[in-house]
Amino acid sequence: MTGYLFLAILLFSLTAFYVGRSAGNGFVTANGRNVHSRPIYHGAFAAIWVGVPTLILVLLWLLLEDSVIEQLLVASLPASLTDGASPAQISLIVSEIRNVASGRIFSEPSPEIVAAAERYASWGMIARWAMVVVALCAMALALFLARTRMAPQFRARQAFERTLTIMMVFSATAAILVTLGIVVSLTYESLLFFSMVPPTEFFFGLNWEPQIAIRDDQVAGTGAFGAVPVFTGTLLIASIALLVAVPLGLMSAIYLAEFADARVRGVIKPILEILAGVPTVVYGFFAVLTVAPAVRDAGSLFGIAISPNSALAAGAVMGIMILPFISSLSDDAIQAVPRAMRDGSLAMGATKGETITRVLLPAALPGIVGGILLAASRAIGETMIVVMAAGLTANLTANPLEGVTTVTVQIVTLLIGDTSFDNPKTLSAFALGLVLFVVTLCLNVLALRIVQKYRERYE
Amino acid sequence: MDQMTNTRFDAVTAAPHNHSTHAKVVGQDVNVFYGDKQALFDINLSIGERQVTALIGPSGCGKSTFLRCLNRMNDTIDICRVTGKIELDGGDIYDPSLDVVELRARVGMVFQKPNPFPKSIFENVAYGPRIHGLASGKAELEEIVERSLRKASLWEEVKDRLAESGTGLSGGQQQRLCIARAIAVSPEVILMDEPCSALDPIATAKIEELINELRENYTIIIVTHSMQQAARVSQRTAFFHLGVLVEEGPTDEIFTTPKDQRTMDYVTGRFG
Ligand SMILES: Nc1ncnc2c1ncn2[C@@H]1O[C@H](COP(=O)(O)OP(=O)(O)OP(=O)(O)O)[C@@H](O)[C@H]1O
Ligand SMILES: [Mg+2]
Repeated sequence: MTGYLFLAILLFSLTAFYVGRSAGNGFVTANGRNVHSRPIYHGAFAAIWVGVPTLILVLLWLLLEDSVIEQLLVASLPASLTDGASPAQISLIVSEIRNVASGRIFSEPSPEIVAAAERYASWGMIARWAMVVVALCAMALALFLARTRMAPQFRARQAFERTLTIMMVFSATAAILVTLGIVVSLTYESLLFFSMVPPTEFFFGLNWEPQIAIRDDQVAGTGAFGAVPVFTGTLLIASIALLVAVPLGLMSAIYLAEFADARVRGVIKPILEILAGVPTVVYGFFAVLTVAPAVRDAGSLFGIAISPNSALAAGAVMGIMILPFISSLSDDAIQAVPRAMRDGSLAMGATKGETITRVLLPAALPGIVGGILLAASRAIGETMIVVMAAGLTANLTANPLEGVTTVTVQIVTLLIGDTSFDNPKTLSAFALGLVLFVVTLCLNVLALRIVQKYRERYE
Repeated sequence: MDQMTNTRFDAVTAAPHNHSTHAKVVGQDVNVFYGDKQALFDINLSIGERQVTALIGPSGCGKSTFLRCLNRMNDTIDICRVTGKIELDGGDIYDPSLDVVELRARVGMVFQKPNPFPKSIFENVAYGPRIHGLASGKAELEEIVERSLRKASLWEEVKDRLAESGTGLSGGQQQRLCIARAIAVSPEVILMDEPCSALDPIATAKIEELINELRENYTIIIVTHSMQQAARVSQRTAFFHLGVLVEEGPTDEIFTTPKDQRTMDYVTGRFG
């Protein structure tokens, strides 16, 4: 039914458009040039005012309907059911009522529940029909109001464009609001965490053993929340990834920008960019099944014992993953160096190599650095590859042949299974998340700053 | 026309042209193609040493193309093909055994739009000497930079800010920096493609004065759209039209008594 309602809103808006436009046409025939807006703007104005407010109304209705009905339902339950019940028990009762109402009956329900289920179902119907009626009335009212405002001198174009602007501003702020929401929720939970575990322990402690008992009957350690090994693990893997990706990426960028002819470039560049679209789980497989054994075999060849989960394997594969960021952005940066620079250098008798190393790379450096920073923030935030290939144990080491763990992996493991938000184990995930968020945000801002600065240089 | 005649006489009194001057650059039957499109047709032109030769002609007639043949910058354009023979001091510059790096060290170029590298003023001038290994030490490099900047009449303006970026100079200063950069490797020939077209009259006058001084040591070939400029700075002028070299001769003759009707029309402004 809601689907039909949306269709109705669409049809109504279209009708409003035609009504508005023919009104506009009427003004033009009556007044000639002395009409402010072209008929099409009258139509658009009517359509937008009929469609958008109703749409918002319906969406809000759908959002709130359920909780309102639930409140009514709980209030209408006989006292015998609700007396002394905890909120958890009440929500159990409500979900049982819902099940009964939708025909999913597992055991013989009590008569009170059946009665409540009937009430629930009928209220649902009433709410739906009420919504349809309200929406239709709202549209009719909106069309009427819009039509009465229309006149030869009515500034329909401005009104329409202003509304459009407001909608665009709203869409743009939505993303910002979401970001703010993330920050607020992360900060809130982190503060809870830091009220249980002192920040000094978290930021400087060398021991990370967060597996503590959530319920009283569980057997587990007492817990230690020193995040340093987790940070160093992240750093180690990201560094390995960059060690792999920066030289490879730079060289492929130079090849693409300066040596490859257009045809080769047209083939290689999209393929490189496909690398960025491969799901990270697939990279994880690749790391576990191919790279890690290869690293181990290579190690045993030289008599070095390498653990099956090694930072090296994970970092190398992650390097492949971030390679396209570096190569693509560096390629763009090199290409963006004006042809006059190249010509100037070549005309001085510089070879291609000298031109690249002495003029093009320095000129493109800000763009290249920007690309590397973006890639670094991707590497730090990457989870899947590390979960699969680098292991879960927090290990304070700089040895790439051992297993390490990273911030993201710890967040995943902390939030899998039993969670409870009054417990430092679960909350520590948010503290880690906050650190991660702040670090990647800084990297991104820095990268964008640098890239922007470099754009201005040749504008 | 009156004014032009005056400047012509200035130029002539400044340096009476000398027909017997040694031919520095000689082009024989030069044809240039961009893909299937022919841009230059059988150009035969010989350019005298230590004098200024102006290339004039309507837009798209192939002046830049000819200029870029002389230091083989056309090699950097994939679709460009050059036939015929171009000699520098009697040596074929399209000889496969010739090193283009060496050629470009002998034939410098200044572009239409000033294009200093985004490096310091010092590094811009030191660029050529560095890549060609002309200086054996820091002191010598500094000396080359100073000498080049002096020759380009830029030294006094920038001597206290050599470490600042070359892109921060004014347009005219940038162009003189590019000239300093070109002469830092002591080329024999300097090619200039409309070097003043992005400059105001004062900066233009400075560059023209500079060209007049440089003539003593260098062979200069300059493309220009300004008849007055050609008259002021050059001893000989070549007129191109639709990829053909129509006429070449002493500048004053080209401007006063051209042999070809097309040249006449062009220099008197009847088409352009
Ligand atoms: N890179 C190129 N690719 C294809 N055609 C070109 C290229 N450069 C020049 N041409 C063509 O060659 C012809 C001569 O061009 P050129 O740049 O030498 O003219 P010009 O005399 O320097 O003109 P202007 O005075 O406008 O600079 C023109 O028809 C132009 O379209
Ligand atoms: Mg040109």
